[in-house]
Amino acid sequence: MTGEAAPPPDGYVPVLRLGGILLVTLQGDLYDSTAERLRQDIGRTVSDDAVTGVVIDLSGVEIVDSFMGRVLSDIAAMTRLLAAQTVVAGMRPAVAITLVELGLTLPGLRTALSTEEAMNLLGAEVANLPRTAGARRERP
Amino acid sequence: MPEQHTAEDRTDPRQEVAAFLRERREQIAQRWADAAVFRTVFTVSRDEAVEAGRAVVEALAAVAASGRIEDLEADGFAVVREQLARTAHARARAGATTGQISAEMEALRPPVTELLLDELSGAPADHVRECTTVLAVLMGTLRLVMLETTTVAGQDLINRQRLEMLEIATPVIKLWEGIVAVPLIGTLDSARSQVVMETLLDAIVEQHARIAILDITGVPTVDSLVAQHLMKTVAAARLMGAECIVSGIRPAIAQTIVHLGIDLSSILTRASLADALAYALQQQGAHIVPSSGPVVEPR
Repeated sequence: MTGEAAPPPDGYVPVLRLGGILLVTLQGDLYDSTAERLRQDIGRTVSDDAVTGVVIDLSGVEIVDSFMGRVLSDIAAMTRLLAAQTVVAGMRPAVAITLVELGLTLPGLRTALSTEEAMNLLGAEVANLPRTAGARRERP
Repeated sequence: MPEQHTAEDRTDPRQEVAAFLRERREQIAQRWADAAVFRTVFTVSRDEAVEAGRAVVEALAAVAASGRIEDLEADGFAVVREQLARTAHARARAGATTGQISAEMEALRPPVTELLLDELSGAPADHVRECTTVLAVLMGTLRLVMLETTTVAGQDLINRQRLEMLEIATPVIKLWEGIVAVPLIGTLDSARSQVVMETLLDAIVEQHARIAILDITGVPTVDSLVAQHLMKTVAAARLMGAECIVSGIRPAIAQTIVHLGIDLSSILTRASLADALAYALQQQGAHIVPSSGPVVEPR
């Protein structure tokens, strides 16, 4: 996407805060400038507003590339440094297959079927702070 | 080209045979109607068999007239190709092998040769020999066309069945609210695992499933490629927010996986589908309780 002929000049992704959780809804293409701005917005909000979780809704994204994969894992790594959890929600089958074929399995990233479940996941997580990020994947 | 029937043409054995076939087509068709290949397919009425035989004779005459007696793609055959395919199909369904069909086609030649020899009784020996050779080549070509249609029909059937198997062999079963399972049966190749992955992911969205179980009890062998396919499917399901469990790994397969040095530690595994279901139910907050007695804890 670098050097794209006509990127939207002021394209930006709204970052909504619902209590202690940030909701970001991605739609369509994600351009370099937009992604950079999104990263800054999330970083600032997480550190300023004592946010404990970030939910990135991908249900409106139909086409994905390695750039998008990197942006997602960057955001997850960044929020983890700021002591918040990132959950990616609503990824479409085609997008999931593409990411896997690209070799981007995003191991550090948590996922949920829908935004609602992502919220639940973070809500439960916030209530039980001692649990670690990998708790859900542990075998009983 | 019936108008080119001049005395000159008659010297060319191919034209001679073409004219002979055209003139005697009724007689030939009558004789062929009793041959196995026509008699067994057109069982309802003899007229039908005669009609079919006549069509084949006319096609042969057209091919002979065009001079391309060794050409499988000769235009004359196009007319009867479908009929031959149907005949071959019917014979194959009745249990005849390719060899038998070939022999039955060969049996069509002697009656025609007999008629041709009758026709040419006063002609010079050289001419007779040339004409019979042309007829033999022509009948050989017909036989090849017949066998070709047989194999093509068989290949079509195989291709269609392979496609059907791809779809049939990968059902996604809803086991419980939010739990889906795919019982994999047969060898996993790239094409099949792609279909499995797609149907599973679609089912996850449709059923809103948080847990997907891949049961490989019916997979005879697991090599590094199959393992890679499994890992890809598990990774894709995880990206969508579902947890994937692989169940039904038999001891021999487990041993193979360890021998090959494949690292499946990132994948949640269970010995049997029952264990996987018990785990999945527990994850959903459900417990299996006998009508009396304590809670059965999943392993």
